[in-house]
Amino acid sequence: MRDVAIISTGMTPFGELWQSGLRDLFVQAAREALMAVGSPSVDAIYVGNMSGGQFVGQEHLGPLMADHLGLAGVPATRVESACASGGVALRCGFLDVAAGASDLVLVAGVEKMNDGADVTNVLASAADQETEVYHGITFPGLYAMIARAHMARYGTTEEDLAAVSVKNHRHGARNPKAQFRSEVTAEQVMTSSMVAEPLRLLHCSPVSDGAAVVLLCPLERAREFTDAPIRIRSSGLATAPMALADRADPTFLDAVSLAAGRAYKSGGVTPSDIQVAEVHDCFSIAELCVLEALCFTERGSAGELTRAGETALGGRIPINTSGGLKSKGHPVGATGVAQAIEIVEQLRGEAGERQVPDATIGLAQNMGGSGASSVVHIFERV
Amino acid sequence: MPSPRYWREIPSRYRLEAAACRGCKRVIYPKRQVCPQCGGVEFEATRLAHRGRVVTSTVVHVAPTDLQMEAPYAMAVVETEEGVRLMVQVADCDPSEVLPGMEVTLEFRLIRKEDHGGILCYGHKAVPVE
Amino acid sequence: MAGIVGYGAFIPRNRVTAEEIAKQWGKDPAAIRRGLLLEEKSVPGLDEDTITISVAAGRAALERAGVDPQRVGALYIGSESHPYAVKPSGTVVAEALGIGPEVHIADFEFACKAGTEAMFVAFGLVESGRVEYAMGIGADTSQGAPNDALEYSASAGGAAFLFGRQHVLADVVETYSYTSDTPDFWRREGEFYPRHGGRFTGEPAYFRHVTAATRAILDKTGLEPAAFRYAVFHMPNGKFPLAVGKQLGFTREQLEVGWIVPTMGNTYSGSSPTGLAAILDEAEADDLILITSFGSGAGSDSFVLRATDLLADRRTRAPTVRSMLEGRRRYLTYGEYAKYREKIILNA
Repeated sequence: MRDVAIISTGMTPFGELWQSGLRDLFVQAAREALMAVGSPSVDAIYVGNMSGGQFVGQEHLGPLMADHLGLAGVPATRVESACASGGVALRCGFLDVAAGASDLVLVAGVEKMNDGADVTNVLASAADQETEVYHGITFPGLYAMIARAHMARYGTTEEDLAAVSVKNHRHGARNPKAQFRSEVTAEQVMTSSMVAEPLRLLHCSPVSDGAAVVLLCPLERAREFTDAPIRIRSSGLATAPMALADRADPTFLDAVSLAAGRAYKSGGVTPSDIQVAEVHDCFSIAELCVLEALCFTERGSAGELTRAGETALGGRIPINTSGGLKSKGHPVGATGVAQAIEIVEQLRGEAGERQVPDATIGLAQNMGGSGASSVVHIFERV
Repeated sequence: MPSPRYWREIPSRYRLEAAACRGCKRVIYPKRQVCPQCGGVEFEATRLAHRGRVVTSTVVHVAPTDLQMEAPYAMAVVETEEGVRLMVQVADCDPSEVLPGMEVTLEFRLIRKEDHGGILCYGHKAVPVE
Repeated sequence: MAGIVGYGAFIPRNRVTAEEIAKQWGKDPAAIRRGLLLEEKSVPGLDEDTITISVAAGRAALERAGVDPQRVGALYIGSESHPYAVKPSGTVVAEALGIGPEVHIADFEFACKAGTEAMFVAFGLVESGRVEYAMGIGADTSQGAPNDALEYSASAGGAAFLFGRQHVLADVVETYSYTSDTPDFWRREGEFYPRHGGRFTGEPAYFRHVTAATRAILDKTGLEPAAFRYAVFHMPNGKFPLAVGKQLGFTREQLEVGWIVPTMGNTYSGSSPTGLAAILDEAEADDLILITSFGSGAGSDSFVLRATDLLADRRTRAPTVRSMLEGRRRYLTYGEYAKYREKIILNA
C-alpha cells in the first residue's frame, strides 16, 4: 500500500445557495481544487452524494459531474452512505491511490438540499423504511431518542446539549464559509422551538447546499503539486445495526467506535495523540456520543467535558473548529469532505482565527443515518 | 407506499409475527433470513405479546408530511416481553408522559394514509397500560 | 344450541361533551342535554377507524372464546363508515386476527343495523352447520354534519360477537327481522355527511320498525317483557330507546345496563351491539336478554339470548364496556374534535 496525501482543496460556502444547482456546486469546488495544483485532469473521480435522486431528481452523478468539469471520459463513481457519503468517498479515493490503481484522484462531496424537496422525508430514507420511518419517526426524532436515553443513563442535561451548540456557533462565527456566522447563547438554544423532545431547533444542523473537494495523490509525488501536503495516515469504516431499536445500547455509537478503532490501529495512534477533530454533530447529542465513541472521554462524560470548555478552541481537544455541521452547515453528502478540508487547513496552519496552535495530527469522523455507518480518517502534517 | 411493499409486510405489521432463532433462541422482529446474533438460518414462527416497556422515547413536533395533523406525537422504542425492541408511536395519552420505563400495550391502528387516494396503512401503536 | 361463544367491544378514548359542541354553535347546552339525554360522545383518533375498532373488539371476542382463529369460517363487519369505498374492511380485520384464508368475508351496510345484520348472518351460518365459528361485528366512526343534531350523538366504537355451538356464553333463543323501504336517513355516494328527514326519523321509521320487530319476536317466543332481565334498543340518542322501551312495556331497570348512549354517543352500526356487550359484562346465568337494532332505510333485527353459566368466568378475559367508558379519557375542544374528524379543509 502506498502512502496517500491530500494536495489541494476546494469548497463552496455552505448555505442556501439559490443561484447554484447541484452540478454548479460540484464544478465550483472541483475547479478551485484543480486550479490550486495547476492540473487540468485527474485519473479518477469519486462523488459523495446522499440523495441527488430525491433532492433534485438527479442520479448517475459520476458521468454528469465528470462531463461538467470538462473531463468526460475519466472514470467517475458516485458513492452513497447517507450523511457519511462524503467521508466514504474520501475513503474510496484513498484506497484507489493507496492500491496504486490511480495517481491523481478527485474526491468530492456535494448536496443540493434547498431545491424544494421534502427534506424531512428524504433524510428519513437513511433510516429503516420498514421498521422505523413507516411508524413516523424522523431523523431529529431518532437522535432525540438517543439523547433521552443518554440523559436517563448518565444524567446528561439540556445544558450539556446546549453547550455543544453554543461552542460550535462560536467556532463557526470565525469561519468565512459557514452557513451561520453568528454566536448563540445557551438561553437562545434552550428556548428555541421544539423539534423532537428534548432536541430544539438550535440543537439541529441546518438544511444546506454546498460542495467540497480534495485532490489526492501518492505521498511520494505530493511535492510535485504542493509545499504543504497532508498525509492521510489511516482510514476506518464500520457499520452497526441500521435500526436504533436493534442496538443493544442506544447511547453508544458502535459504528463510530469500530471505525475509530480501525483508524487508530492502522494509523498507529491513540486518542490522546489527536490534537484537533471534526466530528459529525448533526444534532448536539451526536457530538457528545461521538466524543465518547472516539474515546476522547469516558462514556457518559462528554457533556461535562463540553461544559468545561475542553472541546472549544483553547481547550484540551478542540472539536469542530469549523463550526461543525451545526454552524458551518450540513449539505449531507458534502460534509465528510468538508470535515477533511478543515483538518487540512488546521494542519497546514491556515485556519486563521480558528487555528489550533501547532496541530500536527487531526481526525475527521463522519456518520450516516442514526449511526449505522461511520468513517474515520486520521491526518498528519508531513 | 406502493401496495406490493405494504402487502409483503402484513404478517409482521398486523399480527406481530416474529421468528425465533433455533440456534440462539433470540426472537427477531420482523423476521430475517439470517440471525443477527448467531448467524443461524433456521427459525420458528412466533408472535409477539402485545405488552412491553418503553426503552427510550421522544415527542415529534416537526413531523413528516403524512403525519403533520398528528403532531406533536410520542414515539418510543418499546421492548416486548420476548426482549424484542420495536419502534412505535405511542397513542391515546399526553405525549409528554411517555418516558423510559413506561408500561404499554400494543393496539392495532391506522399508521398512515397514502395521499392521492392511496392505500391505508395499518400496524401497531403502543398505548400506556391503564 | 348455537350462540355467542365470545364477545368484545372497543371504544376510542377521546371524548367531546355535548356542552362543548352546543357552545360552538350558540345553542343552549342544557336544552340539548335535556332534549337528547346526551352528555358526551366518543371520538375516534386520526389513527382509528372501523377497521381498527373491529380488530380491537374482535381480539377481545377471541380472547373470551379461547378459540383458534383458524377455525373461524366467516367474518362479517357491518358499518356505515368502512374506510374504503371499494376494498373490504373484513380482509384487514381477518389478517390482523389471524383468521383465514379459509374464510368467507363480507362488509355489510344497512345504516345503523349493519352490525346486527353481520351477527344475524354469522349466527345463521353456524346454526346451519355451514361453518364451525363465525364472527359478526358492528363498528362505526359515525358521521354527523357540523351544526346538525347528529353532531351531538355520532360517535365511534363497536362490538364483535363470535358464534359457535360449544362452550356458549349466551344461547341465541330466537331471531327476527322486520324491513321496509323508508327513506328516513341516507348518505349518497361521495357525500361527507348523512342527511335525514328530521321528525320523519321518529314515528314512521325508528318506532315503527323497533316495535314491530320486538313485538314479533316476543310473539314468536311467547315471552312477556317482564321475563327479560335486560333489553337494549338501538340508541340514536338518549331519548328514543327509553321511549320505545316504555311503549313496549319494558322498565327503566331492564334498559339501564345496555343504555350506554349518554356517555358513548351513537356508534351507529356499533350502537345496540355495544349495548349488548355491556349487558353480557353483567348478566348472570339464565338471564334472558333482548336486543333490537334499527337501521334507517329501514329495518330492525331482534335477538333473544339466554346467558349461560360460562359467561361470568369468560368475561374477565377482556375489558368491559363500562371500563372503557369510565377509564382513561381525553376531552377535546371543538377545534381538536374538528381536526380529529378531518373537518378542516386542507389542500390535497
